[in-house]
Amino acid sequence: MRSLLIAAGLVTGAAAAQAQTPELTVYTYDSFVSDWGPGPQIESAFEEVCGCDLTFVAAGDGAALLSRIRLEGESTEADIVLGLDTNLTHAARETGLFAGHGLSPELDLPVAWEDPHFLPFDWGYFAFVHDADFDAPGSFTELAESDASILIQDPRSSTPGLGLVMWVKAAYGDEAQAIWDGLADNVVTVTPGWSEAYGLFLEGEADMVLSYTTSPAYHLIAEDDPTKAAAPFEEGHYMQVEVAGMLEGTEEPELARQFLEFMTGPAFQSVIPTTNWMYPAVTPPEGLPEGFETLITPDEALLFTPAEAAEIRDAALEEWRVGLSR
Amino acid sequence: MGMPALLSRLAGALVALAVLLPLAAVFWRAGGASALGPADWAAVRFSLTQASLSALLSVALAVPAARALARRQFPGRSLLVTLLGAPFILPVVVAVFGLLAVFGQNGIASRALVLLGFEPLSIYGLHGVVLAHVFFNLPLATRLILQGWLAIPAERFRLAATLGLPPGAVFRLLEVPMLLRAAPGALVVIFVICLSSFAVALTLGGGPRATTVELAIYQAFRFEFDLGRAALLSVVQLLLAAGAAALAARLALPPAMGAGLDRVTPRWDAARAALRAQDAAWLTLVAAFLLVPLAMIVARGVPGLFEMPAQVWRAAGYSLAVALGSTVLTVALALPLASRGGEVLAVSAIAVSPLVLGTGLFLILRPVASPGDVALPVTAAVNALMALPFALRVIRPELEAVRSDYGRLCLSLGLTGRWFWTRVALPRLRRPLGFAAGLTAALSAGDLGVIALFADPERATLPLQMYRLMGAYRMEAAAGAALLLLAMSLALFWAFDRGGRVART
Repeated sequence: MRSLLIAAGLVTGAAAAQAQTPELTVYTYDSFVSDWGPGPQIESAFEEVCGCDLTFVAAGDGAALLSRIRLEGESTEADIVLGLDTNLTHAARETGLFAGHGLSPELDLPVAWEDPHFLPFDWGYFAFVHDADFDAPGSFTELAESDASILIQDPRSSTPGLGLVMWVKAAYGDEAQAIWDGLADNVVTVTPGWSEAYGLFLEGEADMVLSYTTSPAYHLIAEDDPTKAAAPFEEGHYMQVEVAGMLEGTEEPELARQFLEFMTGPAFQSVIPTTNWMYPAVTPPEGLPEGFETLITPDEALLFTPAEAAEIRDAALEEWRVGLSR
Repeated sequence: MGMPALLSRLAGALVALAVLLPLAAVFWRAGGASALGPADWAAVRFSLTQASLSALLSVALAVPAARALARRQFPGRSLLVTLLGAPFILPVVVAVFGLLAVFGQNGIASRALVLLGFEPLSIYGLHGVVLAHVFFNLPLATRLILQGWLAIPAERFRLAATLGLPPGAVFRLLEVPMLLRAAPGALVVIFVICLSSFAVALTLGGGPRATTVELAIYQAFRFEFDLGRAALLSVVQLLLAAGAAALAARLALPPAMGAGLDRVTPRWDAARAALRAQDAAWLTLVAAFLLVPLAMIVARGVPGLFEMPAQVWRAAGYSLAVALGSTVLTVALALPLASRGGEVLAVSAIAVSPLVLGTGLFLILRPVASPGDVALPVTAAVNALMALPFALRVIRPELEAVRSDYGRLCLSLGLTGRWFWTRVALPRLRRPLGFAAGLTAALSAGDLGVIALFADPERATLPLQMYRLMGAYRMEAAAGAALLLLAMSLALFWAFDRGGRVART
């Protein structure tokens, strides 16, 4: 009888413990959560230290992620949103749904980072990727004058596509329209997303594709294929900084903050280079994986602040549209 | 005589609500509509142009192909008819890659031209968009029109032969009236599906000149978070589709062939060598245009089959479940809705942007269910809705023919209600029902639908998993997944379609 009572007590205790396991819900983009993305490794690493249940919810790409948060508003189940970039953070901040993170980790970014709401977890430089034996142009002006063919993404449906528009604007300012006019005959086509453009490039549809300086690392490390390279442009390269933020309405603010802290720590950061194929926001103690040292490092990093990006976006997009419609 | 009126009304209301409620939810969330700008109207114009061209060309090319299939028997004919279904059910991005492997800058056609000293082809532009849409829809148009040809009773051709009518007269007296009946409906479904084209128009369009309404919706939704404008653009698309469908319903002639004895049609009029050569040429051309890109998809995919992660197989299982669910739902809706009004309704419904439809459903369902939990049922339901007009286009003409040919006879014999359906209509509808079910299952397996808005990491369908692989540089594995998807869609299509045909004989 007594042993039965103890057993019953143990069962109730276990059930109670299970009910008390705190849950953390992280909204992120699609490719983050797949088996070959960073998601699974990060989930088990964080669950080892947090005593919690971490759930990733996938919602398209960065822009779709922001739309989903806007649709859900204050009733969102997300505690953390992971995967916005600096072109989206202004609008995200304006929703008033995000809380200050209150953290100040030491970051290895080529630019200074002071954002009270969003913390970076990785970053990369946009670049045109080509076959190593292709004689690539060294700037936008050279590209426009050359007959090199390029594949780009539509800025209205793709984050890298918007990144290119920002890149040209950051490098050329008032001259951006002339650059787009000149690029019109180089553009083979404009695809809905990065995947289509990169796939077309691998099929040999164009000489170059808009991607990242880190793209050749994928081919080198995962496929043992050294034949892809990124073209260094003398104007400098625009950056994509991918960030996460916690929501004001979270029921687990401590846990959410713990996740953001974990995010810039080595267990998270060492997963990033060979799953997301971007630079980690904090270089892990063991350094970058072998192969990353072969990548080009731009002399100048270009990046608008979120507020600047939001302000110039529509005008820059119109220059793109007018230039390429000719 | 037909389905009980209540059932028809119920099915109609269900389809209308499935579209209008989500639209209303988006408007409600937006707090009203916002005005459209000049760029939006330019997108409407481009969408109209490319959709009209695509529909006209698909149907025009389908007529000689369907005629050749109708009057020739040759080894491999039934395999060809099945394979003709393949392009239509391919996920867009897969088909685009197949086309580019042939017609792209580095495609086999371009490489052959370069070898011969010519310039490579340039597929990017309005012509590329239309080419891709014809690739998708020519097979569907061919099957729809072939069905019209096969519905001409053998007795009519026998009579024509007895009277010694030359092929020209047979065409004018028997085939043209059939075409006037079959073509408008085929034109409309193809026009509407091309109207809401997104990825094809964008990828092959060559730049911002090729901006469709669907892209304008994306821009409004993702860029400006202007839900009101996105919903309004959706309404514009819906009205254009409804207008086209109503016009076609007016133009199409009612069945007037009269009943035959369901015999196979020997075609005495087509025995001449010149006609035989002409048919062979058409079939070869059409088969090459459709099958060479398919072969390229297979060739690209084979190496990737061995690199697919386990998630892909699980996704294939989910896709299969979604496909079967959609098929049941579509057939259940198609029988009561097989009327002129039902078809106009179903055609209009597919013109609503998947993005807006998905957003509306998301807004409606989120308060009551976790989006991840309902991802698969919602995808199956939306895919069923998207396949409905095609199922109706296949089923309705044959059902109307049954009604007009046997309706009075059945009435006089007292064969009504259940008896009419089980003894007369359904046995005669096996072939179109099988074709419609095959089309739905395959379309649903390959369609991305609205799952991207709802999916959780665990329950992705095969097309979504394929996109995820592409997004992670895994192009080879993605090509393998595409091949798996193609094989699965074709197998579903073949099983249902064949089921329908075998049961008939």
